[in-house]
Amino acid sequence: MADLSTVFAGIRSPNPFWLASAPPTDKAYNVNRAFEAGWGGVVWKTLGEEGPPIVNVSGPRYGALHTPDRRLIGLNNIELITDRDLHLNLREIKEVKRNWPDRAMVVSLMVPCEEQAWKSILPLVEDTGADGVELNFGCPHGMSERGMGAAVGQVPEYIEMVTAWCKQYSRLPVIVKLTPNITDIRNPARAAKKGGADAVSLINTINSIMGVDPDTLAMSPSTGRMGSHGGYCGPAVKPIALNMVAEIARDKETAGLPISGIGGVGTWRDALDYLALGAGNVQVCTAAMVYGFKIVQEMHSGLSNYMDDKGFSSVSDIVGKALPTVSAWQFLNLQHITKAVINQDSCIQCGRCHIACEDTSHQAITASKDGKRYFEVQEDECVGCNLCVVACPVPECITLRDLAPGETDLRTGTVVTGGHGDWTTHPNNPMRAAA
Amino acid sequence: MHTDTLTPGIASGRLTPAEYAHNFCDAHPPMNLAQARVEADRCYYCYDAPCQTACPTGIDVPSFIQRIADGNLRGAAHTILESNPLGGMCARVCPTEVLCEQACVRNTQEDKPVEIGQLQRYATDHLMAHPGKPLFTRAAPTGKRVAVVGAGPAGLACAHGLARLGHEVVLMDAQPKLGGLNEYGLATYKTVDDFAQKEVQWLLSIGGITVRHGTALGREVHLDGLCADFDAVFLGLGLGGVNSIGISEPQASGLRNAVDFIAELRQAQDWAQVPVGRRVVVIGGGMTAVDAAVQSRKLGAQSVTMVYRRGSADMGASGHEQAWALENGVHIQHWASPVQVLSENGQVSGVEFERTQMVGGTLQAGGERFVVAADVVLKAIGQTMVAQPLGSALELQSGRIRTDAQGQTSHPKVWAGGDCRAGGRDLTVEAVEHGKVAARAIHATLVAA
Repeated sequence: MADLSTVFAGIRSPNPFWLASAPPTDKAYNVNRAFEAGWGGVVWKTLGEEGPPIVNVSGPRYGALHTPDRRLIGLNNIELITDRDLHLNLREIKEVKRNWPDRAMVVSLMVPCEEQAWKSILPLVEDTGADGVELNFGCPHGMSERGMGAAVGQVPEYIEMVTAWCKQYSRLPVIVKLTPNITDIRNPARAAKKGGADAVSLINTINSIMGVDPDTLAMSPSTGRMGSHGGYCGPAVKPIALNMVAEIARDKETAGLPISGIGGVGTWRDALDYLALGAGNVQVCTAAMVYGFKIVQEMHSGLSNYMDDKGFSSVSDIVGKALPTVSAWQFLNLQHITKAVINQDSCIQCGRCHIACEDTSHQAITASKDGKRYFEVQEDECVGCNLCVVACPVPECITLRDLAPGETDLRTGTVVTGGHGDWTTHPNNPMRAAA
Repeated sequence: MHTDTLTPGIASGRLTPAEYAHNFCDAHPPMNLAQARVEADRCYYCYDAPCQTACPTGIDVPSFIQRIADGNLRGAAHTILESNPLGGMCARVCPTEVLCEQACVRNTQEDKPVEIGQLQRYATDHLMAHPGKPLFTRAAPTGKRVAVVGAGPAGLACAHGLARLGHEVVLMDAQPKLGGLNEYGLATYKTVDDFAQKEVQWLLSIGGITVRHGTALGREVHLDGLCADFDAVFLGLGLGGVNSIGISEPQASGLRNAVDFIAELRQAQDWAQVPVGRRVVVIGGGMTAVDAAVQSRKLGAQSVTMVYRRGSADMGASGHEQAWALENGVHIQHWASPVQVLSENGQVSGVEFERTQMVGGTLQAGGERFVVAADVVLKAIGQTMVAQPLGSALELQSGRIRTDAQGQTSHPKVWAGGDCRAGGRDLTVEAVEHGKVAARAIHATLVAA
């Protein structure tokens, strides 16, 4: 039986499934329910400084992108940090941590970019017995207009400065949460590391507008006909986050810095993607908000069975395992040839592969044979782009096959050698290096 | 001699091998990957799911369906079998249309429930094909021994539950094979590929269960002896008797109990060897009647008529089952009860019926009479528990064993479950729940002692 326990930035957790700082971690009621359901840890919804808290709009706060059967694939939110009193939150954090000592309790913080603000709040958090703090440099709406949230996350110097204050004024592990609304994620990550961060977590949400109401032509969602951009999250953003996680994990300056993966995690498969690309654990929000806390049980079962099946005895065995396979485009082997293959036993003859290829790609799939409807790949035209595979509605009906050494690529006449040749030495490349 | 559907009287080999193979293949073939994915996606993962509540064994349906969607088939099977160790057979035979699928929230606006039964089969089939390491293990041995009498769904579930808790179980059954009705009663086209036995083998693989075939209560073993030799006893006796049709029956060939015909067909190695009448009358309106009628058609009977004493809504067979019968060319006559079984030269020739009707809340016969010609008459008007082996040891209620909610009988060492227990619904899935609950109750009693 696989052991799912983790130690992330020095923080113990019975499994790698944490809840991200958001409405699900707003107060003791929610967090107690989460722990009862089996979540390994939570990041408490971002606390602001002492004084009257922020106020949220009285709805709507969410917009969504759905499939036709109402599966949620993207969520847009204009929810802010906690709207509850700081000390109420601190009392609850202390009580919950006391009641759930084996679970990870991290507290998210967002206070003004001034040393005194951080110096004041950190001891209060430490006194709750919490296991760590997460610095919210990511809120893309509401707080950034006030010089906090993403307004900090987009300026590496601020990230480094605030992180350093947190390391100076607290013993707690410091996790720096990064915003994706930036050109190169490596810069804020490096800055966090320079400031002494024990870990980074990413991504926060992505600037977005969901759409427009066709009848009123008001942006959607809107509060009485007016709306604001919000933060996009959910399944749709996972690939964006995965890329950023992998970049940080591979960057020489930040390699080895623990990473908490956030963005569209709903199943153990999503968690696996993050872990294998360098995350030490994952944080979930959207899926929990749409399905309830019980989903952690399915994640736990799935990851555990996967680990048993593959012989991984601990989660750390998986972390970063896919990183060696992440390279730059210019190093990809141009001599590796693939061709699409349609399994005629599975094919339902919808013709989507044909039209995708015919209209928009390489005209490599014919639509008839002997006067009958029949879809077949022509290897002398097929470039192996995989578009037909992703367009096909039948699982595993179209696959790519690798040409074996000795086989001829009918499209180019080249014989496959099994060797490696990439763009860096390609004759067409004016910047090519000597082979 | 060549026989076909028109051959008079009772004959075997009426169909070609291809026709037999087609008729008795899986009536509801399993889902493929594409179907399972699409169907699993239709589940809304309800809170406090109505389907789970409707399931007598409380299977966490949203959970297992989500695990199918996630590609965690082993996890899905674990969820199912944790609540119902006979979840594989149940997936094939459970009347989901009146249980989980009836409760599915997708009925409300679309009249299209999630195909929970088929999804359950998808997950359990996968586990049977890829068992891997054992899903369940036994707790430390308790040193206690329990006798389980009857290896149908109730007994099997009880034995499995007790073995998991560390007890030693001796599982006995009167038949040469285990499974009870799973092996001897359910229609062939629901249980292809010897699934009942495969499931039994999987269940026994937990260990700690010693099997005694051909061991019947009142014959090889007796209740007082079992109570003396074991720390507890569970009775899953099923219903060994059949109701009489209440009229005098001639000594004629072709007149038999539907359950015997069904059992014979289930155990047949070659369908072409099983005789079937050209014209068959089935008296009764429950699932047994439907199975006997439909299978007679599938063996090549030219004309099969079910006759039931009340209306369609009163029949024990669900609407789904009745539709299945009609689809398979069975004629159903309502509101008629048998008056006389007709015979000629020692062979059944038909049944005379009289019309019935409800008068002031009671069913009255005595209406118009009619005869349905038949070469075979199958009696399917209900089964009864054979109480005689129990002596006077246990209190009965309506001819079955009276128990409390955990299955404990009037005897402190004896529990009972399944069809032999009073007040149940005669469902496989309910029998499993009885066995499961009784195992926990027996365990609680034994460890407290």
